[in-house]
Amino acid sequence: MIEVQGLNKFYGDFQALKELDFTINRGEILGLLGPNGAGKTTTMRILTCFLQPSSGTIKVENYNILDHPLEIKNMIGYLPESAPLYGEMLVYDYLAYVAAMRGLDGGLKVERIAKLIELCGLKEVIHKAVHELSKGYKQRVGLAHAMMGDPEILVLDEPTSGLDPNQIVEIRQLIKEIGKEKTVVFSTHILSEAEATCDRVVIINRGVIVADGATDRLAREFGGGAVVDVALQHPDAQFVVAELKRVVGVERLEELSEVGEGLVKMAIFSKEDEDIRPALYRVIREQGWDLLDFHRRAETLENVFAQLTREN
Amino acid sequence: MSGALTVFRKELRGFFFSPIAYIVITTFLLLSGWFFFSTFFLYNQAELRNFFGQLPIIFAFIVPAVTMRLFSEELNSGSFELLSTLPITDSSIVIGKFLAALIFIALMLLPTIAYAFSAALLGDLDWGPVFGGYFGALLLAGAYAGIGLFASSLTKNQIVAFIIGMAICFMLTIFDRMLFFVPESVLAVFAYLGSTTHFQNISRGIIDTRDLLYFFSIIFLALYATTFVLKEKK
Repeated sequence: MIEVQGLNKFYGDFQALKELDFTINRGEILGLLGPNGAGKTTTMRILTCFLQPSSGTIKVENYNILDHPLEIKNMIGYLPESAPLYGEMLVYDYLAYVAAMRGLDGGLKVERIAKLIELCGLKEVIHKAVHELSKGYKQRVGLAHAMMGDPEILVLDEPTSGLDPNQIVEIRQLIKEIGKEKTVVFSTHILSEAEATCDRVVIINRGVIVADGATDRLAREFGGGAVVDVALQHPDAQFVVAELKRVVGVERLEELSEVGEGLVKMAIFSKEDEDIRPALYRVIREQGWDLLDFHRRAETLENVFAQLTREN
Repeated sequence: MSGALTVFRKELRGFFFSPIAYIVITTFLLLSGWFFFSTFFLYNQAELRNFFGQLPIIFAFIVPAVTMRLFSEELNSGSFELLSTLPITDSSIVIGKFLAALIFIALMLLPTIAYAFSAALLGDLDWGPVFGGYFGALLLAGAYAGIGLFASSLTKNQIVAFIIGMAICFMLTIFDRMLFFVPESVLAVFAYLGSTTHFQNISRGIIDTRDLLYFFSIIFLALYATTFVLKEKK
């Protein structure tokens, strides 16, 4: 549905995007991840025809952003970061204005606005001026703005930033709901959010794509092997460490802390993507140690992200 | 084009939501009223020539104040990002905002019709130059609004936009009076560039295509330049 090809963007001498290539499929929820200043917002701004690429192109359906910006803008609903709405307008007037811009009129317009008021929970603030609203409500008005034209593609730049935990959950559910029928692209720096919401993530660092794939696949691929957390009771920590290090498949072993008498806690890293739990457990059973905790650590996107975007 | 109409409606309403509009209207009516009536009774003639004579210099200050927020405010708050990602072309945005400013100035001029009626009450008023004067005033307002809009697209800062717009409008206004500095070979060019003579021709009731062409070219050039600036920002 959306094809990004060899996208470059320069701000003066600074190259914000370097040869970006990726595609977004219909009905997909795609997360754009990356540290601050990685190029997420720039990518979204080019996609929504707010900025022009220095070179390269984006195709939406069969339209090119350079030649058919109007057609593309018609298909895309966009919520920029921090939702810069017209502060002096009343919420209802603002929505009516956006509806008119989207070419809605008469009954259709009233119907669409009513639906969005319900969907985004704007009932209590509908007669307030936008600048009086809290951050959360402003974000919701921004979301209503983006969804006004019932667009095929929704582009959201950090939609949950600055919201309280309840609102974050609400917005995430909303995104998931919309994502069932529409294509959603959103950027975030909260990784658990991407994990919970996205079908696929693209991780950008310094204008370059460093990873692109389904969240679980990325976690497996870049997670750096599995980690097993073990806690057991033994007076001689050195001995335990030495014994466990000898188990086949163990790459390294980190002693976490020496809490209390005889408690040994450690993280055991395996080579490759190998399950070392059976081998470890055999040793523990043979030695007759008292086992307190034994589990494989879930591979999170956090590890992947840290590994891929670490400085140098 | 329906996009331009939506922008126009939104901006015109926006003028009346902001206190600046009322300050500008009040200032304009005070200034023009004072200039007009302070000499009206001295001349002892039922005509509005004095009012229209002062208009270019008053407009040079007032019109950029009307237009200064149109783009600067959007660029500053970031709402321009939302506006330009809606399905509308840059030129429609520019035209919508320009028309809103023009109609606002027309509404600002509306109360001054009272001057004409006062004059008509006191003597035998020739309505021809009055109509010509208002027609010319609209053209002049259009030209200055175009320039003000262009200035507004250049910067995020409304004050800077006002000063740039005012400087250009002021220059056009006083060109005619500065002609003795200009070498004779280019005199005709500079004489044509000044707005006051063109305005005075029309406000005398003489509609000449040269004067019309002058105002329409300034409006077109200013709006074109504004669209160009917006495009360059991308």
